[in-house]
Amino acid sequence: MKIIGAPRRRVDGRAKVTGQTRFADDLMLPRMVHCKLLRSTIPHARVVRVDVSRALAHPGVHLVLTGRDFPVSYGILPVSQDEHALAIDRVRFVGDPVAAVVARDELTAFEALDLIDVEYEPLRTFSDPEESLACPEPRIHEYGDAGNIHKLVSLRFGDVDQAFADADRVFEDTFFYQGNTHLPIEQHAAVAARDPDGKLVLWSSTQTPHYVHRALAKALAMPAAHIRVIATPNGGGFGGKSDPFNHEVVVAKAALLLDRPVKICLTREEVFHCHRGRHPVLMQFKTGVKRDGTITGMHVMTLLDGGAYGSYGVASTFYTGALQTVTYHIPAYHFQGCRVFTNKPPCGPKRGHGTPQSRFGQEIQLDKIAEGLSIDPAELRLRIVEQPDTLTANYLRVGTIGLAECIRRVTHIADWANTFGKLPLGRGVGLACSSYLSGAGLAIYWNDMPHSGVQLKLDRSGGVTAFCGATEIGQGSDDVLVGCVAEVLGIEPIDIRAVTGDTDLTPVDLGSYSSRVTLMMGNAAIQAAERARDLLAGAVSRKLTVPKDRLVFADRRVFDAGDPAAGVSFAEAVCLAETMHGTIGTTGSYTPPRSAARFKGGGVGPSPTYSYSAAIVEVDVDVSSGWIHVPRVWIAHDIGRSLNPTLVRGQVEGSVYMAVGEALMEEQIFRRLPARLSHALVHKFPSMLEYKSPTTLDMPEVITELVENPDPRGPFGAKEVGQGPLLPVMPAVANAVYDAIGVRIDEVPITPEKILRALDAKAAGKAPRVGPARFPDISWPEPLDVPPPWKSGDGKAEVRSRKSEVGSERSEVVGTDAGARRLQPSGDRS
Amino acid sequence: MMRLPCFRFHAPRTVREAAELLASTPGAMLVAGGTDLLPNMKRRQQVPGTLVGLRRVAELRTITRGATLSGSPANDDELTIGAGVTLTELVRDGRIRQGYGALWQAAAQIATPHLRNMGTLGGNLCLDTRCNYYDQNYEWRKAIDFCMKKDGGTCWVATSSPTCLAVSSTDTAPALLALGARVTIVSADASRQLAVSDLYRNDGIHYLTKQPAEVLTAVHLPPLDGWRSTYWKLRRRGSFDFPVLSVAAAAKIRADGTVEAARIVLGAVASRPIEVPAAAAALAGRRITDELIATAATLAARPAKPMDNTDFTLLWRKRVTRDFVTYALRELRGDDVRELRHRVSRMLL
Ligand SMILES: Cc1cc2nc3c(=O)[nH]c(=O)nc-3n(C[C@H](O)[C@H](O)[C@H](O)COP(=O)(O)OP(=O)(O)OC[C@H]3O[C@@H](n4cnc5c(N)ncnc54)[C@H](O)[C@@H]3O)c2cc1C
Ligand code: SF4
Repeated sequence: MKIIGAPRRRVDGRAKVTGQTRFADDLMLPRMVHCKLLRSTIPHARVVRVDVSRALAHPGVHLVLTGRDFPVSYGILPVSQDEHALAIDRVRFVGDPVAAVVARDELTAFEALDLIDVEYEPLRTFSDPEESLACPEPRIHEYGDAGNIHKLVSLRFGDVDQAFADADRVFEDTFFYQGNTHLPIEQHAAVAARDPDGKLVLWSSTQTPHYVHRALAKALAMPAAHIRVIATPNGGGFGGKSDPFNHEVVVAKAALLLDRPVKICLTREEVFHCHRGRHPVLMQFKTGVKRDGTITGMHVMTLLDGGAYGSYGVASTFYTGALQTVTYHIPAYHFQGCRVFTNKPPCGPKRGHGTPQSRFGQEIQLDKIAEGLSIDPAELRLRIVEQPDTLTANYLRVGTIGLAECIRRVTHIADWANTFGKLPLGRGVGLACSSYLSGAGLAIYWNDMPHSGVQLKLDRSGGVTAFCGATEIGQGSDDVLVGCVAEVLGIEPIDIRAVTGDTDLTPVDLGSYSSRVTLMMGNAAIQAAERARDLLAGAVSRKLTVPKDRLVFADRRVFDAGDPAAGVSFAEAVCLAETMHGTIGTTGSYTPPRSAARFKGGGVGPSPTYSYSAAIVEVDVDVSSGWIHVPRVWIAHDIGRSLNPTLVRGQVEGSVYMAVGEALMEEQIFRRLPARLSHALVHKFPSMLEYKSPTTLDMPEVITELVENPDPRGPFGAKEVGQGPLLPVMPAVANAVYDAIGVRIDEVPITPEKILRALDAKAAGKAPRVGPARFPDISWPEPLDVPPPWKSGDGKAEVRSRKSEVGSERSEVVGTDAGARRLQPSGDRS
Repeated sequence: MMRLPCFRFHAPRTVREAAELLASTPGAMLVAGGTDLLPNMKRRQQVPGTLVGLRRVAELRTITRGATLSGSPANDDELTIGAGVTLTELVRDGRIRQGYGALWQAAAQIATPHLRNMGTLGGNLCLDTRCNYYDQNYEWRKAIDFCMKKDGGTCWVATSSPTCLAVSSTDTAPALLALGARVTIVSADASRQLAVSDLYRNDGIHYLTKQPAEVLTAVHLPPLDGWRSTYWKLRRRGSFDFPVLSVAAAAKIRADGTVEAARIVLGAVASRPIEVPAAAAALAGRRITDELIATAATLAARPAKPMDNTDFTLLWRKRVTRDFVTYALRELRGDDVRELRHRVSRMLL
């Protein structure tokens, strides 16, 4: 292999560093006008009246829109169609859009916002999940499992009570993971216009043009075929640009009404309001273990603060309980999850989607278990690592598992044996592991079609164009597309043009989320390229009178393996093939394998394969001030095979960077003013200055080890790297703090204040710990009992609890027994 | 993005011209680097109809030893820094780096390299006071019905407070106080010099004693005369962040290690820099032992009254004041604090 595996400059690197990449906000069209949104200043209220007359009369204003212009709701999940582009009669958080002004420039639009008179009738505000649990009225939404509870889940795989009875020790711990946000450097921006035929075009910094396309068709009641969504290169997304957003629907409508291009570029404050970031999660872990560390069973409860809308929240809820089983063998497992609505910006998917929170709890608890059993934490994990090619208790099919190798490699390079438990007071090291999906096994809406499609056009010049709906959000997906095609066809990346993320021009790819693009698009690209290679090989074989299977595609030539001098250039090969077959174009597509889970809720968690990581973090803690410094992080990641090691290492380092922020400082938190004076509930600091995220000076040294053991399910053996390496870092920081000073910080962020509080408690002879004291009472539904595979289960729920399956609908992907309904997989690569 | 409101702009060439423009245009404001004022204008914290730019006023942009700036008499061996000198220029000046450690360390830790390229010393001294309820955009402030400092009536930090408690967040002011510096202030018809300490008032709204129509033209650093100084800044990250506590300390120490005189100043714990003479007095005439440091640190931390309007909790900020005073005194004593500095500041200073 020439391209795959060699460190290369990414294909869009030149454009990015020379400032030529055109982001959404760089688009300037003739006659373009500008849009601003008026956002609610009240956290929860009925909208009594919106009077726009003064704004409309303001010089330079072209259009003012309100909720009445958008009667149709939308939302990313079919089960949560709870958003309106502009509020109809209710606002649910400070920042919820109420009206939109389109004017000749941004300043005019901004000034006109102040001329819109809105009369609100304030309603009781919910700022804390426990309030939402305790108080069903007034309901923030008219749907959901009960009162202000959005979703309740209870899944049980095996007899967990018996497992605890069989255990030598049972550990019970509560943890809290504070919410945080994505902070992409590019604020969301969009431009909408009518094309010359009168059809709608939307350019947007979105990770999911396909889903935006569907949402626009619904919200605007227009045929999807008359809408074109173009995803501009994103200046970072991290999950924050994967929902259809108010501003996209608003500018689309405005452009249609005005027949002029309309642009919007959100301010940083508005990005904080769009949010869809990490859910704050309170959780409880109960784990039974044998003396040798073997886990007998686990019971996990999570409470998610969902904010004001559904977003991906139902999936997020399931994710907090999905991946515990893919790292270590857990024979009996019970998961209960609850998501509530509150009057804050909606939470959703952020890098690691729903799994970092519970990974944090699980890995700290393992550290406590190791200590309790007097087993080294690395040794403990090595003993219980799950086996490859296994079906877990909750019916996730794991492929290759490089976790043990990750642990061995990372402990070796960090000199764990000589540092853990052996450093002077104030210095410590901590270990943690993790796993993540290489693409969600199901689309967010029910369908049997491929998840990714690639189309190739081969030109007589020897150039190739690769079309795919995948979206370049900075992660390097264009590079993966081009790299895979170049490898198969034996040409150079520069010979290939990638056309991506355009619903008119490119075949559907579901989007840049769930670490799915490399695996799914990569497999589709290989299939399309192999089909093209086959056409070319046929023609060249005839010309050279060499059997097809002796032909080699390399160095921009097609030649005889036995006699490399005998061959033709790649361009000639295309000409020969075109002469023989007519115009050369091929397609490839990828559909994930059938899931083994056939119970309601089994749609979240399955993936073609899982990546694994292990990290060791070093900390330096000042016992007088609590000040914490992280000088170094060692991390090993099971990548299967790295297609472009430069990009892979970039993703690992970027993950560590984001993780260090979550571990030490980032918090999406809110302020309430004294209730007798104000009902305000505002984001505490929606700015990049006061929402603290590390700078380069705060970044630890990162030592990365890539564990390569190609997985046959991935393109050339590749697994994901975009999200997994983030996960082990936060718990490893917490474990390192314990090693350094003997106190447990069972929540993030781990701040100097909390460290000092824990040290004070220790000095006073109290529990040396900062973290939540308890998990609230929740009236859980009857569990859905699914016997695990080793109890002769078949992936279906036991009949006893059939009742709770009645509510499942075909459209409810997140909650359907997807596997059972899946028909013949189409276009799967053999 | 957030847009600036409309304003008129003047670019005078002399201090006199600038002062006259200010005097003749009600509501006009000076702008130097604009790194504080322009973001504030985008958030509508200040909406001056006229801005008088100082970047073209050449006489404000020099650092001279003993020289005289327009209207500001200066001693022969003091160092005079024009108010328009950028923080980058200040940090690059060897005389400041070698002689006036506290000022150099303070300036080197301000904001980011880009902001230091634009931001000036004069702007830093006149920097608006800061508060988490105030440094927010217009819509956010509207959602809390504004506050006393701008457009509202209540102080949300302490609802019964008759005054605004916004925080003095300039890094150079505490350092300059510790160094015993003076400033020259010029209006259309007068010029005066005052101690940096007298430039400030403990009031989050009226935090300067200077009148709006006065131009701060220069900062005068006294002769070194054996003084050593240092500056320690608390902030969450190694760059960007304003101080949420700072300690500037200066001392004249004899060859035998006894302290002849000292000054200790706290920044970001009130609406003005706070000098702590009691702590300085405790040092005078004695050698800096660990015990003495502990005593002085306790005394120095006493007047720190942080409020809940910056990063970090106020109790913790109050508590670690002792630690930061300790760091400063250890450095003055001559301890090797490089590793500590790197951990706290994430840079070598
Ligand atoms: C992200 C960010 C981080 C920052 N971090 C820090 C920090 O860590 N520490 C810190 O101290 N500051 C910080 N700042 C604030 C600012 O960058 C600096 O204080 C800078 O020195 C201000 O100087 P300037 O010339 O840009 O001031 P300007 O913005 O031009 O002016 C500030 C104020 O001073 C007045 N003014 C300016 N010059 C004069 C003069 N000669 N006479 C009278 N009045 C005058 C102006 O009218 C205005 O009210 C930060 C700013 C930002 C945006
Ligand atoms: S201290 Fe009070 S009055 Fe001053 S800015 Fe803050 S909230 Fe407003």
